[in-house]
Amino acid sequence: MTRFRGTTAGAVFVIAAVACVASAQTIAPPSGATLAATCTGCHGPAGHSAGAIPSIHGRTEADLLQAMLDFKNDRRPATMMNRHAKGFSDEELATLAREIAANWR
Amino acid sequence: MARKGITRRLFAGAALASIPVASMVQAQPARRRVVVVGGGFGGAAAARHLRLADASIDVTMIEPKSEFQTCPFSNYVLAGFKTMADITHGYGALTGRHGVTHVRDMAAAIDPAAKTVRTAGGQTIAYDRLVVSPGIDMRWGALPGYDEAASAVLPHAWQAGPQTTLLRAQLEAMPDGGVVVMSIPGNPFRCPPGPYERISMIAHYLKKSKPRSKIVALDSKDAFSKQGLFQDAWKELYGPMIEWVPLGQDGKVVQAIPGEKTLVSEFGQRHRGDVVNVIPPQMAGRIARDAGLAATEGAMAGWCPVDPFTFESTRAKDIHVIGDASIAGAMPKSGFAASSQAKFVARAIAASLAGGPQEAPVYANTCYSLVAPDYGISVADIFRATPNGIVAVQGAGGVSPRTPKDAAQFRDQEAHYAEGWYASATKEIWGS
Repeated sequence: MTRFRGTTAGAVFVIAAVACVASAQTIAPPSGATLAATCTGCHGPAGHSAGAIPSIHGRTEADLLQAMLDFKNDRRPATMMNRHAKGFSDEELATLAREIAANWR
Repeated sequence: MARKGITRRLFAGAALASIPVASMVQAQPARRRVVVVGGGFGGAAAARHLRLADASIDVTMIEPKSEFQTCPFSNYVLAGFKTMADITHGYGALTGRHGVTHVRDMAAAIDPAAKTVRTAGGQTIAYDRLVVSPGIDMRWGALPGYDEAASAVLPHAWQAGPQTTLLRAQLEAMPDGGVVVMSIPGNPFRCPPGPYERISMIAHYLKKSKPRSKIVALDSKDAFSKQGLFQDAWKELYGPMIEWVPLGQDGKVVQAIPGEKTLVSEFGQRHRGDVVNVIPPQMAGRIARDAGLAATEGAMAGWCPVDPFTFESTRAKDIHVIGDASIAGAMPKSGFAASSQAKFVARAIAASLAGGPQEAPVYANTCYSLVAPDYGISVADIFRATPNGIVAVQGAGGVSPRTPKDAAQFRDQEAHYAEGWYASATKEIWGS
Protein backbone atom coordinates (compact mmCIF):
# COMPACT_ATOMS: atom_id res chain seq x y z
CA MET A 1 0.00 0.00 0.00
CA THR A 2 2.88 2.34 0.76
CA ARG A 3 3.88 2.63 -2.90
CA PHE A 4 0.57 4.32 -3.75
CA ARG A 5 1.38 7.29 -1.53
CA GLY A 6 1.40 10.64 -3.30
CA THR A 7 -1.07 9.62 -6.01
CA THR A 8 -4.25 11.57 -6.63
CA ALA A 9 -7.00 11.93 -4.06
CA GLY A 10 -9.19 9.69 -6.24
CA ALA A 11 -6.71 6.85 -6.17
CA VAL A 12 -6.31 7.19 -2.42
CA PHE A 13 -10.08 6.97 -2.05
CA VAL A 14 -10.18 3.76 -4.11
CA ILE A 15 -7.42 2.23 -1.99
CA ALA A 16 -9.25 3.21 1.20
CA ALA A 17 -12.43 1.60 -0.12
CA VAL A 18 -10.58 -1.59 -1.00
CA ALA A 19 -9.01 -1.61 2.46
CA CYS A 20 -12.47 -1.33 4.04
CA VAL A 21 -13.80 -4.23 2.02
CA ALA A 22 -10.69 -6.25 2.82
CA SER A 23 -11.06 -5.64 6.55
CA ALA A 24 -14.78 -6.43 6.49
CA GLN A 25 -14.04 -9.71 4.75
CA THR A 26 -11.17 -10.69 7.03
CA ILE A 27 -13.01 -10.18 10.33
CA ALA A 28 -14.15 -13.66 11.30
CA PRO A 29 -17.49 -14.26 13.02
CA PRO A 30 -17.30 -14.55 16.83
CA SER A 31 -15.51 -17.72 17.92
CA GLY A 32 -16.86 -20.15 20.50
CA ALA A 33 -14.43 -18.69 23.03
CA THR A 34 -15.68 -15.15 22.41
CA LEU A 35 -19.32 -16.20 22.69
CA ALA A 36 -18.62 -18.22 25.84
CA ALA A 37 -16.88 -15.26 27.49
CA THR A 38 -20.32 -13.61 27.74
CA CYS A 39 -21.49 -16.45 30.04
CA THR A 40 -18.71 -16.59 32.62
CA GLY A 41 -19.37 -13.26 34.35
CA CYS A 42 -22.48 -14.81 35.96
CA HIS A 43 -21.98 -18.58 35.55
CA GLY A 44 -18.35 -18.46 36.70
CA PRO A 45 -15.00 -19.38 35.09
CA ALA A 46 -15.52 -22.40 32.78
CA GLY A 47 -19.12 -22.49 33.99
CA HIS A 48 -18.21 -23.17 37.63
CA SER A 49 -20.52 -20.78 39.45
CA ALA A 50 -19.36 -19.24 42.70
CA GLY A 51 -22.89 -18.71 44.03
CA ALA A 52 -26.63 -18.95 43.42
CA ILE A 53 -26.52 -18.82 39.61
CA PRO A 54 -26.46 -22.36 38.17
CA SER A 55 -23.17 -23.90 37.07
CA ILE A 56 -23.21 -24.91 33.41
CA HIS A 57 -20.11 -27.09 33.04
CA GLY A 58 -20.19 -30.82 32.33
CA ARG A 59 -23.37 -30.78 30.25
CA THR A 60 -23.98 -32.24 26.83
CA GLU A 61 -24.03 -30.14 23.70
CA ALA A 62 -27.62 -31.21 22.96
CA ASP A 63 -28.90 -30.26 26.42
CA LEU A 64 -27.16 -26.91 26.35
CA LEU A 65 -28.45 -26.03 22.90
CA GLN A 66 -32.00 -27.13 23.74
CA ALA A 67 -31.98 -25.05 26.94
CA MET A 68 -30.73 -21.94 25.17
CA LEU A 69 -33.18 -22.29 22.28
CA ASP A 70 -36.02 -22.77 24.78
CA PHE A 71 -34.96 -19.64 26.67
CA LYS A 72 -34.69 -17.71 23.41
CA ASN A 73 -38.17 -18.75 22.29
CA ASP A 74 -39.76 -18.25 25.73
CA ARG A 75 -40.57 -21.95 26.06
CA ARG A 76 -38.69 -22.16 29.34
CA PRO A 77 -39.28 -19.67 32.17
CA ALA A 78 -36.35 -17.65 33.45
CA THR A 79 -35.55 -14.42 35.23
CA MET A 80 -32.58 -13.52 33.00
CA MET A 81 -31.68 -16.14 30.38
CA ASN A 82 -34.59 -15.38 28.06
CA ARG A 83 -33.27 -11.84 27.75
CA HIS A 84 -29.69 -12.99 27.04
CA ALA A 85 -30.50 -15.86 24.65
CA LYS A 86 -32.35 -13.50 22.29
CA GLY A 87 -29.05 -11.69 21.73
CA PHE A 88 -27.63 -14.59 19.67
CA SER A 89 -28.49 -16.23 16.36
CA ASP A 90 -29.41 -19.94 16.42
CA GLU A 91 -26.08 -20.67 14.72
CA GLU A 92 -24.22 -18.79 17.44
CA LEU A 93 -26.10 -20.72 20.13
CA ALA A 94 -25.03 -23.94 18.42
CA THR A 95 -21.39 -22.77 18.40
CA LEU A 96 -21.75 -21.82 22.06
CA ALA A 97 -23.21 -25.20 23.04
CA ARG A 98 -20.38 -26.99 21.20
CA GLU A 99 -17.73 -24.81 22.87
CA ILE A 100 -19.11 -25.26 26.40
CA ALA A 101 -19.70 -29.00 26.07
CA ALA A 102 -16.19 -29.53 24.69
CA ASN A 103 -14.23 -27.39 27.13
CA TRP A 104 -16.12 -26.79 30.37
CA ARG A 105 -15.64 -30.00 32.35
CA MET B 1 -7.60 5.28 11.04
CA ALA B 2 -7.98 2.48 13.47
CA ARG B 3 -9.82 0.36 10.90
CA LYS B 4 -6.89 0.77 8.54
CA GLY B 5 -4.62 -0.21 11.43
CA ILE B 6 -6.47 -3.49 11.79
CA THR B 7 -6.21 -4.16 8.07
CA ARG B 8 -2.49 -3.53 8.11
CA ARG B 9 -2.02 -5.94 10.95
CA LEU B 10 -4.12 -8.54 9.20
CA PHE B 11 -1.99 -8.28 6.05
CA ALA B 12 1.12 -8.49 8.23
CA GLY B 13 -0.35 -11.58 9.89
CA ALA B 14 -0.99 -13.20 6.51
CA ALA B 15 2.59 -12.48 5.44
CA LEU B 16 3.95 -13.94 8.66
CA ALA B 17 1.91 -17.10 8.24
CA SER B 18 3.67 -17.90 4.99
CA ILE B 19 7.13 -17.93 6.62
CA PRO B 20 8.26 -21.39 7.76
CA VAL B 21 7.82 -21.89 11.48
CA ALA B 22 11.52 -22.41 12.21
CA SER B 23 12.59 -19.11 10.71
CA MET B 24 9.67 -17.38 12.42
CA VAL B 25 10.90 -18.62 15.80
CA GLN B 26 14.40 -17.34 15.05
CA ALA B 27 12.99 -14.01 13.94
CA GLN B 28 11.04 -13.61 17.17
CA PRO B 29 12.79 -10.86 19.13
CA ALA B 30 12.09 -10.73 22.86
CA ARG B 31 8.90 -11.98 24.52
CA ARG B 32 5.90 -9.85 23.69
CA ARG B 33 5.00 -7.41 26.42
CA VAL B 34 1.56 -6.12 27.29
CA VAL B 35 1.23 -3.50 29.99
CA VAL B 36 -2.09 -2.92 31.74
CA VAL B 37 -2.77 0.31 33.60
CA GLY B 38 -5.30 -0.22 36.41
CA GLY B 39 -6.34 -3.18 38.56
CA GLY B 40 -10.12 -2.83 38.60
CA PHE B 41 -12.83 -4.75 36.73
CA GLY B 42 -11.28 -3.80 33.38
CA GLY B 43 -7.57 -3.89 34.14
CA ALA B 44 -7.38 -6.95 36.36
CA ALA B 45 -9.65 -8.90 33.98
CA ALA B 46 -7.51 -7.88 31.00
CA ALA B 47 -4.30 -8.94 32.76
CA ARG B 48 -5.71 -12.33 33.76
CA HIS B 49 -7.28 -13.08 30.39
CA LEU B 50 -4.18 -12.03 28.45
CA ARG B 51 -2.25 -14.70 30.37
CA LEU B 52 -5.06 -17.23 29.84
CA ALA B 53 -5.15 -16.46 26.12
CA ASP B 54 -1.37 -16.82 25.65
CA ALA B 55 0.94 -17.67 28.55
CA SER B 56 3.97 -16.67 26.47
CA ILE B 57 3.00 -12.99 26.76
CA ASP B 58 4.63 -10.98 29.57
CA VAL B 59 1.84 -9.10 31.33
CA THR B 60 2.60 -6.24 33.69
CA MET B 61 -0.23 -4.58 35.63
CA ILE B 62 0.51 -1.14 37.05
CA GLU B 63 -1.75 -0.51 40.03
CA PRO B 64 -0.75 1.36 43.21
CA LYS B 65 -3.13 -0.49 45.54
CA SER B 66 -2.45 -3.92 47.03
CA GLU B 67 -6.15 -4.84 46.92
CA PHE B 68 -9.28 -3.60 45.19
CA GLN B 69 -12.63 -2.60 46.67
CA THR B 70 -15.56 -2.89 44.29
CA CYS B 71 -18.20 -0.25 43.71
CA PRO B 72 -20.73 -3.07 43.08
CA PHE B 73 -22.06 -4.10 46.51
CA SER B 74 -20.61 -0.98 48.20
CA ASN B 75 -24.20 0.28 48.56
CA TYR B 76 -24.82 -2.76 50.80
CA VAL B 77 -21.97 -1.61 53.04
CA LEU B 78 -23.86 1.69 53.36
CA ALA B 79 -27.02 -0.29 54.19
CA GLY B 80 -25.11 -2.24 56.84
CA PHE B 81 -25.51 -5.83 55.59
CA LYS B 82 -22.10 -6.12 53.89
CA THR B 83 -18.69 -5.14 55.21
CA MET B 84 -15.71 -3.58 53.45
CA ALA B 85 -13.99 -6.97 53.76
CA ASP B 86 -16.83 -8.50 51.69
CA ILE B 87 -16.05 -6.17 48.77
CA THR B 88 -12.23 -6.34 48.99
CA HIS B 89 -10.24 -8.50 46.56
CA GLY B 90 -6.49 -9.09 46.45
CA TYR B 91 -4.17 -9.73 43.54
CA GLY B 92 -2.63 -12.96 44.87
CA ALA B 93 -4.18 -15.25 42.25
CA LEU B 94 -3.30 -12.86 39.43
CA THR B 95 0.36 -12.76 40.37
CA GLY B 96 0.74 -16.27 41.82
CA ARG B 97 -1.40 -18.53 39.70
CA HIS B 98 -1.58 -16.49 36.51
CA GLY B 99 1.93 -15.02 36.43
CA VAL B 100 0.96 -11.37 36.07
CA THR B 101 3.66 -8.95 37.22
CA HIS B 102 2.07 -6.43 39.57
CA VAL B 103 3.96 -3.14 39.70
CA ARG B 104 2.65 -1.41 42.82
CA ASP B 105 3.04 2.12 41.58
CA MET B 106 1.01 4.84 39.91
CA ALA B 107 1.23 5.15 36.12
CA ALA B 108 2.37 8.74 35.68
CA ALA B 109 2.81 9.18 31.92
CA ILE B 110 2.49 7.32 28.63
CA ASP B 111 4.81 7.91 25.67
CA PRO B 112 2.91 6.47 22.68
CA ALA B 113 5.84 7.08 20.31
CA ALA B 114 8.45 5.32 22.46
CA LYS B 115 5.77 2.81 23.61
CA THR B 116 6.64 3.18 27.28
CA VAL B 117 4.82 3.91 30.53
CA ARG B 118 6.60 5.88 33.23
CA THR B 119 5.54 5.37 36.83
CA ALA B 120 5.43 7.90 39.65
CA GLY B 121 8.22 5.90 41.31
CA GLY B 122 10.48 6.48 38.30
CA GLN B 123 10.29 3.14 36.45
CA THR B 124 10.00 3.12 32.66
CA ILE B 125 8.15 0.06 31.35
CA ALA B 126 8.10 -0.77 27.64
CA TYR B 127 5.12 -2.34 25.89
CA ASP B 128 4.15 -3.86 22.57
CA ARG B 129 0.48 -3.24 23.43
CA LEU B 130 -0.96 -1.14 26.23
CA VAL B 131 -4.35 -1.55 27.91
CA VAL B 132 -5.50 1.55 29.77
CA SER B 133 -8.30 0.96 32.28
CA PRO B 134 -8.06 3.84 34.76
CA GLY B 135 -11.74 4.19 35.66
CA ILE B 136 -13.04 7.62 36.56
CA ASP B 137 -11.79 10.80 38.13
CA MET B 138 -14.15 13.31 39.73
CA ARG B 139 -14.42 16.63 37.92
CA TRP B 140 -13.59 18.66 40.99
CA GLY B 141 -15.11 22.11 40.78
CA ALA B 142 -17.48 21.28 37.91
CA LEU B 143 -20.17 21.56 40.57
CA PRO B 144 -19.19 24.89 42.20
CA GLY B 145 -18.17 24.38 45.81
CA TYR B 146 -17.51 20.68 45.40
CA ASP B 147 -13.79 19.94 45.34
CA GLU B 148 -11.68 17.20 46.88
CA ALA B 149 -11.65 18.96 50.28
CA ALA B 150 -15.46 19.18 50.20
CA SER B 151 -15.67 15.40 49.69
CA ALA B 152 -14.27 14.95 53.22
CA VAL B 153 -17.47 16.60 54.53
CA LEU B 154 -19.95 15.68 51.79
CA PRO B 155 -18.71 12.25 50.63
CA HIS B 156 -19.24 11.05 47.07
CA ALA B 157 -18.54 7.38 47.87
CA TRP B 158 -18.44 6.83 44.09
CA GLN B 159 -15.06 5.12 44.32
CA ALA B 160 -15.25 2.36 46.91
CA GLY B 161 -12.90 2.66 49.86
CA PRO B 162 -12.47 5.32 52.57
CA GLN B 163 -15.30 7.35 51.01
CA THR B 164 -17.69 4.40 51.49
CA THR B 165 -16.63 4.05 55.13
CA LEU B 166 -17.08 7.80 55.69
CA LEU B 167 -20.61 7.90 54.28
CA ARG B 168 -21.56 4.80 56.30
CA ALA B 169 -20.23 6.43 59.50
CA GLN B 170 -22.21 9.61 58.79
CA LEU B 171 -25.41 7.61 58.26
CA GLU B 172 -24.82 5.74 61.52
CA ALA B 173 -24.18 8.98 63.44
CA MET B 174 -27.29 10.70 62.07
CA PRO B 175 -30.13 11.07 64.61
CA ASP B 176 -33.54 9.53 63.88
CA GLY B 177 -35.62 12.15 62.11
CA GLY B 178 -32.64 13.36 60.10
CA VAL B 179 -32.58 14.09 56.38
CA VAL B 180 -30.17 12.57 53.86
CA VAL B 181 -29.70 14.71 50.75
CA MET B 182 -28.18 13.26 47.59
CA SER B 183 -27.08 14.90 44.35
CA ILE B 184 -27.09 12.87 41.11
CA PRO B 185 -25.21 14.06 37.99
CA GLY B 186 -26.23 14.21 34.34
CA ASN B 187 -25.14 11.55 31.83
CA PRO B 188 -22.67 10.01 31.31
CA PHE B 189 -21.43 8.73 34.65
CA ARG B 190 -20.25 5.50 36.30
CA CYS B 191 -22.99 2.91 36.98
CA PRO B 192 -26.27 4.36 35.65
CA PRO B 193 -28.53 2.46 38.13
CA GLY B 194 -26.09 3.01 41.03
CA PRO B 195 -27.57 6.21 42.50
CA TYR B 196 -31.05 4.68 42.55
CA GLU B 197 -29.86 1.49 44.21
CA ARG B 198 -28.10 3.72 46.75
CA ILE B 199 -31.35 5.65 47.43
CA SER B 200 -33.01 2.26 48.03
CA MET B 201 -30.26 0.96 50.31
CA ILE B 202 -30.13 4.14 52.41
CA ALA B 203 -33.94 3.99 52.70
CA HIS B 204 -33.67 0.33 53.76
CA TYR B 205 -31.26 1.31 56.53
CA LEU B 206 -33.36 4.27 57.65
CA LYS B 207 -36.59 2.23 57.68
CA LYS B 208 -34.96 -0.34 59.92
CA SER B 209 -32.86 1.88 62.19
CA LYS B 210 -34.11 5.48 61.90
CA PRO B 211 -37.73 5.28 60.73
CA ARG B 212 -38.59 8.96 61.19
CA SER B 213 -35.84 9.98 58.74
CA LYS B 214 -36.06 10.61 55.01
CA ILE B 215 -33.92 10.83 51.89
CA VAL B 216 -34.20 13.59 49.28
CA ALA B 217 -32.51 12.78 45.95
CA LEU B 218 -31.87 15.78 43.71
CA ASP B 219 -31.40 14.64 40.12
CA SER B 220 -29.93 16.47 37.10
CA LYS B 221 -32.07 14.23 34.86
CA ASP B 222 -35.75 13.49 34.30
CA ALA B 223 -35.28 9.79 33.51
CA PHE B 224 -32.98 7.03 34.74
CA SER B 225 -32.01 3.38 34.46
CA LYS B 226 -34.65 0.78 35.52
CA GLN B 227 -36.83 3.78 36.48
CA GLY B 228 -40.24 2.09 36.50
CA LEU B 229 -38.94 -0.85 38.52
CA PHE B 230 -37.24 1.36 41.10
CA GLN B 231 -40.22 3.69 41.49
CA ASP B 232 -42.71 0.80 41.84
CA ALA B 233 -40.51 -0.69 44.57
CA TRP B 234 -39.94 2.60 46.37
CA LYS B 235 -43.68 3.21 46.58
CA GLU B 236 -44.30 -0.32 47.81
CA LEU B 237 -41.44 -0.55 50.32
CA TYR B 238 -40.55 2.95 51.46
CA GLY B 239 -43.50 5.29 50.69
CA PRO B 240 -42.87 8.95 51.63
CA MET B 241 -39.44 8.16 53.08
CA ILE B 242 -37.98 8.66 49.56
CA GLU B 243 -38.41 11.94 47.72
CA TRP B 244 -36.90 11.91 44.20
CA VAL B 245 -36.73 15.38 42.62
CA PRO B 246 -36.16 15.29 38.84
CA LEU B 247 -34.61 18.05 36.71
CA GLY B 248 -38.08 19.27 35.72
CA GLN B 249 -38.93 19.94 39.38
CA ASP B 250 -35.76 21.88 40.11
CA GLY B 251 -33.70 18.81 40.95
CA LYS B 252 -30.46 20.02 39.37
CA VAL B 253 -27.88 20.99 41.99
CA VAL B 254 -25.69 23.95 40.93
CA GLN B 255 -23.74 24.66 44.12
CA ALA B 256 -22.46 22.84 47.20
CA ILE B 257 -21.81 24.63 50.50
CA PRO B 258 -19.86 22.10 52.58
CA GLY B 259 -19.69 24.29 55.72
CA GLU B 260 -23.49 24.39 55.87
CA LYS B 261 -24.06 20.83 54.59
CA THR B 262 -26.25 22.45 51.97
CA LEU B 263 -26.89 21.97 48.25
CA VAL B 264 -28.40 24.76 46.15
CA SER B 265 -30.64 23.96 43.17
CA GLU B 266 -30.86 25.71 39.82
CA PHE B 267 -33.74 27.95 40.94
CA GLY B 268 -32.12 28.81 44.24
CA GLN B 269 -33.75 26.34 46.59
CA ARG B 270 -31.44 25.37 49.48
CA HIS B 271 -31.45 21.77 50.70
CA ARG B 272 -29.72 21.27 54.05
CA GLY B 273 -29.01 17.67 55.01
CA ASP B 274 -27.82 15.93 58.15
CA VAL B 275 -25.92 13.73 55.71
CA VAL B 276 -25.15 14.97 52.20
CA ASN B 277 -23.96 12.58 49.47
CA VAL B 278 -22.76 14.34 46.31
CA ILE B 279 -22.21 12.15 43.24
CA PRO B 280 -20.29 14.66 41.13
CA PRO B 281 -19.72 14.87 37.37
CA GLN B 282 -16.91 12.56 36.23
CA MET B 283 -14.33 12.01 33.48
CA ALA B 284 -11.77 9.42 32.38
CA GLY B 285 -8.93 8.78 34.83
CA ARG B 286 -6.04 11.28 34.67
CA ILE B 287 -3.49 9.02 32.97
CA ALA B 288 -5.76 8.62 29.94
CA ARG B 289 -6.44 12.34 29.67
CA ASP B 290 -2.77 13.30 30.15
CA ALA B 291 -1.76 10.85 27.41
CA GLY B 292 -4.08 12.63 24.98
CA LEU B 293 -6.46 9.65 24.75
CA ALA B 294 -9.57 11.64 25.72
CA ALA B 295 -11.76 13.80 23.50
CA THR B 296 -11.21 17.47 24.26
CA GLU B 297 -14.48 18.89 22.98
CA GLY B 298 -18.12 18.01 22.44
CA ALA B 299 -20.57 16.15 24.67
CA MET B 300 -18.03 13.37 25.28
CA ALA B 301 -15.12 15.63 26.23
CA GLY B 302 -13.03 13.99 28.94
CA TRP B 303 -13.83 10.42 27.78
CA CYS B 304 -11.78 8.27 25.39
CA PRO B 305 -12.93 7.46 21.85
CA VAL B 306 -12.12 3.90 20.74
CA ASP B 307 -12.56 1.56 17.79
CA PRO B 308 -15.76 -0.40 18.53
CA PHE B 309 -14.18 -3.63 17.17
CA THR B 310 -10.99 -3.56 19.23
CA PHE B 311 -11.22 -0.79 21.86
CA GLU B 312 -8.00 0.54 20.33
CA SER B 313 -7.78 4.27 20.91
CA THR B 314 -8.66 6.31 17.84
CA ARG B 315 -6.01 8.77 19.06
CA ALA B 316 -3.01 6.48 19.62
CA LYS B 317 -1.89 3.25 17.98
CA ASP B 318 -1.42 0.05 20.03
CA ILE B 319 -3.20 1.53 23.05
CA HIS B 320 -6.56 0.06 24.06
CA VAL B 321 -8.80 2.01 26.43
CA ILE B 322 -11.46 -0.05 28.21
CA GLY B 323 -14.00 0.33 30.99
CA ASP B 324 -15.56 3.51 32.34
CA ALA B 325 -12.92 5.74 30.71
CA SER B 326 -13.89 4.67 27.17
CA ILE B 327 -16.73 5.85 24.95
CA ALA B 328 -18.37 2.47 24.35
CA GLY B 329 -21.58 3.45 22.56
CA ALA B 330 -24.59 1.70 24.05
CA MET B 331 -22.54 -0.09 26.72
CA PRO B 332 -22.99 1.39 30.19
CA LYS B 333 -20.10 2.37 32.43
CA SER B 334 -20.28 -0.71 34.65
CA GLY B 335 -17.75 -3.09 36.15
CA PHE B 336 -19.39 -6.01 34.35
CA ALA B 337 -19.18 -4.19 31.00
CA ALA B 338 -15.52 -3.35 31.65
CA SER B 339 -14.67 -6.98 32.31
CA SER B 340 -16.60 -8.08 29.21
CA GLN B 341 -14.56 -5.63 27.12
CA ALA B 342 -11.38 -6.80 28.88
CA LYS B 343 -11.99 -10.47 28.05
CA PHE B 344 -12.50 -9.78 24.36
CA VAL B 345 -9.67 -7.26 24.06
CA ALA B 346 -7.27 -9.65 25.83
CA ARG B 347 -7.94 -12.41 23.30
CA ALA B 348 -7.88 -9.94 20.39
CA ILE B 349 -4.47 -8.60 21.47
CA ALA B 350 -3.10 -12.12 21.95
CA ALA B 351 -4.35 -13.13 18.49
CA SER B 352 -3.00 -10.00 16.89
CA LEU B 353 0.45 -10.38 18.51
CA ALA B 354 0.54 -13.97 17.24
CA GLY B 355 -0.41 -12.83 13.74
CA GLY B 356 -3.79 -14.55 13.94
CA PRO B 357 -7.07 -13.39 12.43
CA GLN B 358 -9.30 -10.64 13.75
CA GLU B 359 -12.74 -11.77 14.94
CA ALA B 360 -15.97 -9.88 15.51
CA PRO B 361 -16.57 -9.01 19.14
CA VAL B 362 -19.59 -9.81 21.29
CA TYR B 363 -19.87 -7.85 24.51
CA ALA B 364 -22.30 -8.36 27.38
CA ASN B 365 -23.62 -6.48 30.35
CA THR B 366 -25.57 -7.89 33.28
CA CYS B 367 -26.30 -5.68 36.27
CA TYR B 368 -28.38 -6.45 39.32
CA SER B 369 -29.63 -3.85 41.79
CA LEU B 370 -31.17 -4.51 45.17
CA VAL B 371 -34.10 -2.37 46.27
CA ALA B 372 -34.24 -4.40 49.50
CA PRO B 373 -32.19 -7.46 50.56
CA ASP B 374 -34.95 -9.75 49.21
CA TYR B 375 -35.97 -7.57 46.26
CA GLY B 376 -33.67 -7.64 43.22
CA ILE B 377 -34.05 -6.13 39.74
CA SER B 378 -31.76 -6.39 36.74
CA VAL B 379 -30.77 -5.06 33.35
CA ALA B 380 -28.95 -7.04 30.68
CA ASP B 381 -27.84 -6.59 27.10
CA ILE B 382 -25.75 -8.22 24.40
CA PHE B 383 -23.73 -5.78 22.29
CA ARG B 384 -22.21 -5.89 18.80
CA ALA B 385 -19.70 -3.64 17.08
CA THR B 386 -20.65 -1.65 13.99
CA PRO B 387 -18.46 0.86 12.13
CA ASN B 388 -20.63 3.57 13.73
CA GLY B 389 -20.22 2.32 17.28
CA ILE B 390 -21.31 -0.38 19.70
CA VAL B 391 -25.03 -1.16 19.69
CA ALA B 392 -27.28 -3.36 21.80
CA VAL B 393 -28.92 -6.27 19.96
CA GLN B 394 -32.51 -5.26 19.29
CA GLY B 395 -35.24 -7.53 20.64
CA ALA B 396 -32.92 -8.90 23.30
CA GLY B 397 -31.86 -7.80 26.75
CA GLY B 398 -33.68 -5.13 28.73
CA VAL B 399 -34.85 -4.87 32.31
CA SER B 400 -36.74 -7.27 34.60
CA PRO B 401 -40.47 -7.51 33.85
CA ARG B 402 -42.56 -4.84 35.57
CA THR B 403 -45.35 -7.26 36.52
CA PRO B 404 -44.03 -10.83 36.59
CA LYS B 405 -46.14 -13.75 37.70
CA ASP B 406 -45.47 -14.50 41.39
CA ALA B 407 -43.81 -11.10 41.69
CA ALA B 408 -42.51 -11.51 45.26
CA GLN B 409 -40.85 -14.80 44.34
CA PHE B 410 -39.39 -13.33 41.13
CA ARG B 411 -37.83 -10.37 42.99
CA ASP B 412 -36.51 -12.64 45.72
CA GLN B 413 -34.98 -14.94 43.10
CA GLU B 414 -33.24 -12.01 41.42
CA ALA B 415 -31.94 -10.86 44.82
CA HIS B 416 -30.34 -14.30 45.23
CA TYR B 417 -28.95 -14.09 41.72
CA ALA B 418 -27.48 -10.66 42.54
CA GLU B 419 -25.35 -12.38 45.18
CA GLY B 420 -24.40 -15.14 42.74
CA TRP B 421 -23.59 -12.62 40.02
CA TYR B 422 -21.19 -10.78 42.32
CA ALA B 423 -19.56 -14.01 43.48
CA SER B 424 -18.94 -15.27 39.93
CA ALA B 425 -17.98 -11.92 38.41
CA THR B 426 -15.35 -11.26 41.08
CA LYS B 427 -14.12 -14.88 41.10
CA GLU B 428 -13.51 -14.65 37.36
CA ILE B 429 -11.23 -11.65 37.90
CA TRP B 430 -9.61 -11.88 41.34
CA GLY B 431 -10.51 -15.42 42.44
CA SER B 432 -8.11 -18.32 42.81
